[in-house]
Amino acid sequence: MSQTGIVVIGASLGGLRAVETLLGGLPAGFPLPVAIIQHREAGSDDRLSDLLQGHAALPVGEAEDKEAIAPGRVYLAPADYHLLVENGHFALSTEPPVWFARPAIDVLFESAAEARGAQVIGVVLSGSNEDGARGLAAVRRCGGIAVVQDPATAESSAMPNAAIAAAKPDEILPLEGIAPFLVRVCEGVRPVREGT
Amino acid sequence: MPTYVKNKPLEHIELELLLEGVFRQYGFDFRKYALASLRRRISTAIQAEGLATISELQNKVLHDPDCMERLVLTLSINVTKLFRDPSFYIAFRQKAVPVMRTYPFIRIWHAGCATGEEVYSMAILLEEEGLYERARIYATDMNEAVVKKAQAGIFPMKSMKEYTANYQEAGGTRPFSEYYTAQYDSAILRPELRRNVVFSAHNLATDGSFNEFNVILCRNVMIYFNQVLQERAQTLFRESLVNFGILALGRKESLRASTHEEFFEPLDTGERLYRRVK
Repeated sequence: MSQTGIVVIGASLGGLRAVETLLGGLPAGFPLPVAIIQHREAGSDDRLSDLLQGHAALPVGEAEDKEAIAPGRVYLAPADYHLLVENGHFALSTEPPVWFARPAIDVLFESAAEARGAQVIGVVLSGSNEDGARGLAAVRRCGGIAVVQDPATAESSAMPNAAIAAAKPDEILPLEGIAPFLVRVCEGVRPVREGT
Repeated sequence: MPTYVKNKPLEHIELELLLEGVFRQYGFDFRKYALASLRRRISTAIQAEGLATISELQNKVLHDPDCMERLVLTLSINVTKLFRDPSFYIAFRQKAVPVMRTYPFIRIWHAGCATGEEVYSMAILLEEEGLYERARIYATDMNEAVVKKAQAGIFPMKSMKEYTANYQEAGGTRPFSEYYTAQYDSAILRPELRRNVVFSAHNLATDGSFNEFNVILCRNVMIYFNQVLQERAQTLFRESLVNFGILALGRKESLRASTHEEFFEPLDTGERLYRRVK
């Protein structure tokens, strides 16, 4: 991963514990920016980022419109906004929900794939709908790395299963294995892809 | 569902040509809109028109004004609610209203008013604070059809339950049903609420300042602009505000990293209320 690398993570209701575990496994010196979609209620406030900060060595905060994307920081999509990756910064949008979700995982993943191509690592965690499947497929199609939480280790397996079917991910990993995998990729170990 | 287009360099060329053509033919300038979300909406439009490429959309749009009208609707986001973000209205009552009480006459610009939900919310708030009589709200949007809709003040009855809850959470204490009459599936807002509202078309990308204001509201509009256009709009707002005038932005927008930051001080940090100080 080069300087423009970015990790994008999607989790739905029931995926909060998975996000906590994943963030807990990322060391303080983790070199990439991390953007997270956690499906949530429209009226939610900053408490979610406070909660996640309690599990993370990296600084966690809600992304603002046009905020510069900085390495080693965790950006959470604010409630009731889609979060998109632009050239060097984030953008927000209040377009209609996708899969009944705003923020939606597909929106973040597709914009990241479009903006940063092969420098994207997409991770789909536990969830009970199909959001993230299209987005992860876009990440993979644009040359990025697609990772899905092993459905057997997910509180809700529908979202991982949909992502596996749609994106044919590079890695299907147990929850505890995802953070170490991200660290290894940052150290230059890229998964070998067959037939592409 | 919009189709995700992968052929990147060619798509960029097509996009630029489409936006240039739309600007030259119709005067709507989307050339400095934020790219990522603009691309999504153009994909949506291509799909809705039953087309396959941006070039096909360009062809259709340039020759068919009806298609252009649909495109403008797709490209402008008109999703909003009465008393959306209730905590904003609470902060506005607490921090902005006391300042506004000191003015004999209050001119308010609601820039990017979409279908008017937030304009009527402000009208209700001012009415309850006893300020409506000396206020005039200028509600503008780039799309004339949308402005007309805002002017009508008719909203779906099925949304009223949510809006009532928003109103109460926003500090409203009256029965919300006082503000509208139900007719079939529609809630028609009391016409008195727009007695002091002037609706008109204004485009933040191409039009200039048209008055001097005590308060400017522009919430979740500039998120669709790129930084160049954002800068233009912020200049327009600064030049259109009286000294100590109030600027209200969306919950996740700020003047941080803007060249205008030094001209403003925060009035409420959480709800992004600013005051022009020089």
